[in-house]
Amino acid sequence: MKNKECIAMLLAGGEGKRLGVLTQKLAKPAVHYGGKYRIIDFALSNCCNSGIDTVGVLTQYQPLVLNSYIGIGSSWDLDRKNGGVTLLPPFVQQGGGEWYKGTANAIYQNINFIDGHDPDYVLVISGDHIYQMDYAEMLDAHKQNGADATIAVIEVPWEEASRFGIMNVDEAGRILDFEEKPKQPKTNLASMGIYIFTWSVLRDYLLRDEQDASSSNDFGKDIIPAMLRAGLHMSGFRFQGYWKDVGTIDSLWESNMDLLADLPELNLHDHENRIYSRNPNQPPQYVAPTATIKRSLINEGCLVFGEVNHSVLFYGVQVGVGAVVRDSIIMPNVTIGENVTIHKAIIGAGSVIEDGAVIGDVEAGPLAEIVVYGEGSFLPADVSTQVASAAERKQAI
Amino acid sequence: MRNVIGVINLGNTRTLLNELTRNRSIASVPFGGRYRFIDFALSNMVNTGIQKVAVFTLNKSRSLLDHLGSGKEWDLDRKQGGLFVLPPAISYTSDVYKGDLQNFYGHIDYFNRSKEQYVIVSSSHMICNIDYKQAMEQHIESGADITVVYKEATDFDEEDLSGGLFFEIDATGRVRKMLEKLNGSRKIYMETFIIEKNLLVSMIEKSIRQEEFSTYNMIRNSLLTLKVMAYEHTGHLAIVNSINSYYKHSMNLLNPEVWRSLFFQPNLIYTKVKDEPPTKYVVDSDVKNSLVANGCIIEGTVENCILFRGVKVRKGAVVRDSIIMQDCEIEEGSQVEGVIFDKEVHISQGKTITGDKLMPSVITKRSLV
Repeated sequence: MKNKECIAMLLAGGEGKRLGVLTQKLAKPAVHYGGKYRIIDFALSNCCNSGIDTVGVLTQYQPLVLNSYIGIGSSWDLDRKNGGVTLLPPFVQQGGGEWYKGTANAIYQNINFIDGHDPDYVLVISGDHIYQMDYAEMLDAHKQNGADATIAVIEVPWEEASRFGIMNVDEAGRILDFEEKPKQPKTNLASMGIYIFTWSVLRDYLLRDEQDASSSNDFGKDIIPAMLRAGLHMSGFRFQGYWKDVGTIDSLWESNMDLLADLPELNLHDHENRIYSRNPNQPPQYVAPTATIKRSLINEGCLVFGEVNHSVLFYGVQVGVGAVVRDSIIMPNVTIGENVTIHKAIIGAGSVIEDGAVIGDVEAGPLAEIVVYGEGSFLPADVSTQVASAAERKQAI
Repeated sequence: MRNVIGVINLGNTRTLLNELTRNRSIASVPFGGRYRFIDFALSNMVNTGIQKVAVFTLNKSRSLLDHLGSGKEWDLDRKQGGLFVLPPAISYTSDVYKGDLQNFYGHIDYFNRSKEQYVIVSSSHMICNIDYKQAMEQHIESGADITVVYKEATDFDEEDLSGGLFFEIDATGRVRKMLEKLNGSRKIYMETFIIEKNLLVSMIEKSIRQEEFSTYNMIRNSLLTLKVMAYEHTGHLAIVNSINSYYKHSMNLLNPEVWRSLFFQPNLIYTKVKDEPPTKYVVDSDVKNSLVANGCIIEGTVENCILFRGVKVRKGAVVRDSIIMQDCEIEEGSQVEGVIFDKEVHISQGKTITGDKLMPSVITKRSLV
């Protein structure tokens, strides 16, 4: 097989515990986002838009939805004769087998896959983030710097810096040190969990890391610190633009709401950086004479008879006459009855909400807690969302 | 249905859509916010389970070929069967186009080489959502030689029926007469028929020998000698045969019952995917009674409209009673009423364009106003 300059390894096995009911039946990268997408669409589309045509997708937790969604990768132009997308679940071999123990172990277990493509560089990304990025620029920087590893970094607000892996970078962009979730961050440059490694170097470190019984086999905790200790050339690649980890109910909700700004930082209409997704083949949405829609993102296949304000509607959602949907995310094929009120909620796919039901803490206004219902919920007219929301939230945390 | 070949016959020249077909075939005229006419015919075949479909094209095929590609959007990128696009096999120097049967004859090898027993032929301007399974069952059970599909056009207006072809059938459902104008019967021929392949081949050859070049006449001439049975389509049907009827049938989609019936019942309609994001509404958006495809940004007022993919309606712009095709942009403060915009029309700030919704005018592709 022809040698590939750079292939991508996409970590998509995350459970996304903090997303609660939303990840009960599917992995975090498969969670719906932005009215039409799943979270993993962003990483896959970035690969496609960056000219990376070989992607290994490492799956583990609840892979069914993810597997069938990715298929042979045709939605992202990754159905290739040479390369393309390959799903890489954990496997058994002579002498046993094991789950992926950590991010680095997941790559370690697939050394054969990577060697098969004989790449010069390996891009390691995760399927948990919302962003548009040209990995080719990062690869160019990696090559120009003659780096062993390049880590994409982004400036985050100082008050949030202690939630991230924080880099200390010199003027030339070389990484001096790296701290995972520091209490007193020295900088506000956070690692985005996007790495380019020179494959021969990474391969060596993966083998060594595997020998170390005390290692947690994680890139951020083990591999990167070990490389820094050894004095390898580690480079920071500054990214500017929208980047968000949507690992919690709050951040998932916020990130969806970010799309509703007049000029959102993440531009889904940018044809140069189009985000691809699997197409559900729905007709154009119908907006009835009784409908009012403001500050919203609405997908094909919707029928809107009521009011939709500051919300995201996925395909096939029906909003009945007199219903009001505010500050909410409504996932595919949800049926919302007449005179329903939904306030600051996330409603899972295929749910049915009976006429007159009131969902969410309307009285608390914009400060209300986010109410979450999982896939296929049935919400009767007398649904008591206060109780349900508390229960759901407990489960979510 | 592995025993059936589908044929989409675009060799009919009676339908005229003037400006909309200046640079494209009827089959590739955009319809319903994101589709082209041929999507309905193709999806009907595929949803029935047919895996081998030939499209007999006529003229101006560029946009059609671009749209069809490998057939992958309709699951017709097959190793066994799949999509066959067959342009006319006539030579321009010596032949004159005389009728759709000429295309069938020119590609007679396609039929001869196919192992399938049956052929379903349909047109593209009769827009409907139909599953041919039932029609096929009726065809076999009734022992028909040919089964023709019709719609009981009780509530259709003169315009729908103009240029139509009609049946008279007897109590057993057998077709006794085929007429070129309305004469009592309102059973309008949907230019769709089912026939055994070998019979079709011999009928084509015979007709050509007799200098008969239309499939319609071929069937009509056999009413006495063959058992031609009628099958009724009970779902929605839009016959698009003029700009006016194009406008009318587009606007009919604003009735949610028609929307459901045409787009969901019994099956989904497939088309070329554009990967546009969901449509964006802002604080000043005011949209009423409209069909809106993905990728639009609506900052102004839209009422009684069909918006195709990627249409931008800027602040203060007002669009009413109009059909706005893909990637048009209506800039701030402009007023648009009662028109059909072909693709990529750009209306600059503060312009007013008013048409008559009873006789809507077409603004041609890539116009700048």
